[in-house]
Amino acid sequence: MTIEKNLEETKLTLKLDGRLDTTTAPMLEDEIKASIAGVQKLELDFGGLAYLSSAGLRVLLGAQKIMNQQGKMIIRNVNDTIMEVFELTGFSKILTVE
Amino acid sequence: MKELTIDATLENIEKVTAFVDEQLEAIDCPMKAQMQIDIAIDELFGNIVHYAYKPETGPATVRIEVKEAPISVIITFIDNGKQYDPLAKADPDTTLSAEERDIGGLGIYMVKKSMDEISYEYRNGQNILCIKKNI
Repeated sequence: MTIEKNLEETKLTLKLDGRLDTTTAPMLEDEIKASIAGVQKLELDFGGLAYLSSAGLRVLLGAQKIMNQQGKMIIRNVNDTIMEVFELTGFSKILTVE
Repeated sequence: MKELTIDATLENIEKVTAFVDEQLEAIDCPMKAQMQIDIAIDELFGNIVHYAYKPETGPATVRIEVKEAPISVIITFIDNGKQYDPLAKADPDTTLSAEERDIGGLGIYMVKKSMDEISYEYRNGQNILCIKKNI
């Protein structure tokens, strides 16, 4: 997986490409930890993401909890496979998918 | 039937996925089913990596069989580690809020829901977990 990062003032955009799974989820977790201070809007672009496993869900939940405290988190360009995972696990009610 | 025996390490999840994908591509498996199977590999092989031999590492075998009429794929994960039945775990409550949410059990729950059959047995000192997906 690759992560393309774009920070404009308090808006952080992370564009993911590949698979968000056991092997790659720590990469996203580290990136969020390192960049989240002062961010009021976190946008995750899933346009290049094939799928995610529960390891990815764990990182998204952690990010959502942080952003519930300091602003807003939005996930964009979610494919059908990932949307099904969100619905199946109840994450569609926790996350904001646009 | 084809099988791969490999050390249960994080780095090898990718090799197991590539091994299974190669067999799936050979039978023109639809992309959606392939991605669901790839997720299942991440969860199930990942479980072996994290729990079976801790703190040591050990081997795992992944076997893939293709059945006809209807076409289905059976994938079996075998390890010689600690006895562990992931199916014994209760399904997670998927209605809780972000703050109340516990991530435990979500992976195996996803596998249960996306596969057509799943079974576990402990035999001769081996954890044997089997999934079946109709293609």
